Amino acid sequence: MNEALVQVRDLKTFYPIKGGFPRRVIGQLKAVNGVSFEIPTHHTFGLVGESGCGKSTLGRSLLRMQPITSGEVSIAGRDIRRLPARELKRARRDMQIIFQDPYGSLDPRFTVRQIIREPLDTHRIGDKHFRNDEVFRLLEVVGLRKGVADRYPHEFSGGQRQRVGIARALALKPRFIVADEPVSALDVSVQSQVLNLISDLQKSYGISFLFISHDLAVVQHISHEVGVMYFGKIVEQAPAEELYARPLHPYTRSLLSAVPKTDPEAAGPGIIVKGDVPSHLNPPKGCPFHPRCPVAKPECAMREPVFQAPSGESSTHKVSCLLFE
Amino acid sequence: MSEANPNRCEGGADRSGTDPVVRVEDLVVEFSTEKGRIRAVDGISFSVMPGEPVGIVGESGCGKTVTALSVLKLIPSPPGRIARGQVFLDGKDVVPLGEREMRRLRGNVASMIFQEPMTALNPVFTIGGQMTEILRIHRRMSRREAREHSIEMLHTVNIESPAKRFTQYPHELSGGMRQRVMIAMALSCDPKLLLADEPSTALDVTVQAQVMEEIRRLQEERRMSMILITHDLGVIAETCRRVIVMYCGKIVEVSDTRGLFAHPRHPYTSGLLASIPKVREKKIERLPTIKGMVPDLADLPKGCRFADRCPKATARCRENEPGLVEVSPGQQVACFYPD
Repeated sequence: MNEALVQVRDLKTFYPIKGGFPRRVIGQLKAVNGVSFEIPTHHTFGLVGESGCGKSTLGRSLLRMQPITSGEVSIAGRDIRRLPARELKRARRDMQIIFQDPYGSLDPRFTVRQIIREPLDTHRIGDKHFRNDEVFRLLEVVGLRKGVADRYPHEFSGGQRQRVGIARALALKPRFIVADEPVSALDVSVQSQVLNLISDLQKSYGISFLFISHDLAVVQHISHEVGVMYFGKIVEQAPAEELYARPLHPYTRSLLSAVPKTDPEAAGPGIIVKGDVPSHLNPPKGCPFHPRCPVAKPECAMREPVFQAPSGESSTHKVSCLLFE
Repeated sequence: MSEANPNRCEGGADRSGTDPVVRVEDLVVEFSTEKGRIRAVDGISFSVMPGEPVGIVGESGCGKTVTALSVLKLIPSPPGRIARGQVFLDGKDVVPLGEREMRRLRGNVASMIFQEPMTALNPVFTIGGQMTEILRIHRRMSRREAREHSIEMLHTVNIESPAKRFTQYPHELSGGMRQRVMIAMALSCDPKLLLADEPSTALDVTVQAQVMEEIRRLQEERRMSMILITHDLGVIAETCRRVIVMYCGKIVEVSDTRGLFAHPRHPYTSGLLASIPKVREKKIERLPTIKGMVPDLADLPKGCRFADRCPKATARCRENEPGLVEVSPGQQVACFYPD
């Protein structure tokens, strides 16, 4: 099939802002404000951005864990937005999530066996024996010993808990997994173990991932394509090698230069972006990045750039910046 | 600021001495837990010279935070206690000192900033209220002098509209700004030593860069000693002159920063350097890892604590614990087979 497994068109997810007296809706928090991309099968799309940019909301919107305001989301040929509730439950077998917090995402009162079996129980897959066998199989797949099945989450380290979360996400054999900052809460030496595991799973099972992270270093090696998100929109998107080799958007460049380098010989702080992420209650006019942009022109405060491939660049490298129009 | 500059500590002007600002000797810190008494720090010794920025790096549970807290005797007691050793701060052993004496040192001779600026700032007091409190206690400044000095400090850490921020509450500031306020507060009394525990970890990457730049600049300008605790080797590379690597409550390697990155001696250090996700020139298929996981402090193996995860471990390593030994000037390793 030529059609991409995941197709997102102009997705918008807004939250109402209530306030004033009497309390009513006074505005909208545009968490996701028009995002489009595709993820083919067997591919990973790395979505990078800082806190508040909307990346987590985007991931949850794709799985309809968050109500979508407008736009189109299609996963495995299904129109996610318009699915009736009954079919949504069936569709969820194909799309799963791995959470950031290995401590908060596992029910402390359940054993590992119960946690991993729960999706199989909910969707009534197989009989009891099959489900128990699956638990053992999944534990092995994620590199945990079968013997730990009857332990509780608190008996495990963060990295191990994350593996349990991954085993749970795999239970229904999904075709698409949203991994929301899956390694951020882990010690650095464990991060690469879990990243390798995710990479192996993709090769073995052909799963597509939306890998959300605030860390460009983490997504470089496992993503086929990377999108950089800022204030609700993707501001640059390109195949992974291309993005790291030739970052165009000033925000992408500042993110790359902000990653502290482990080579003391390398030049100093690089591009330091001033100020803080803008407030949704008072969004900047024109390009949302212009108040912090080291190379902003007066025009940037007046006109919003169009997200497109600049002339001279490959059509797969898109950027939203007046410098390139 | 007045001519007489009441902001310098008595004796704080000497930043070029040959005596260390901090000297830790055989420190052991124990905690009572459900699994029994564990040693979060198990016999470590090191010093920090005047004006020197030193990094302590390691993963969770290695004891780096407990080490820093010990310097200012901030270990919650119970369940923790300094079981053994001496901690010389500005020449004086603080282990036997009482709270009253410690309070005179904290914020004055040595200050500390923490990872979560929101929990370190009192939410019901204004920024100004909290900043002036320190000055009025340690420096006996008048309200007006304290206010002037505080606004000056806010300006020093590049906070815009410092006079306005002075009257605001912590929740009205962003994470990056709050951390800058913490830095301003920590530096108000011009301490000889700044302890910073993961000061930028909780912040967004672009703000992290700003805050670390601020810290680095101030440390250089004031020729302050610094102990920077972090799991982030990149931050160490950009800020510290010397690095202490900790694992399971012990120091496993000490080196100047360049040397550590160019030629790590301990297998844990090499493993860590290789496995941290970093932006590389080319994409690689599989990331290097350190196999296994950090052992439980309540259930430590015999011999070298890293043996289970070490690619070079031998029977000797599992029987005996290697001591910290100098292998070249300024480089120490705790390993029988250093690289």
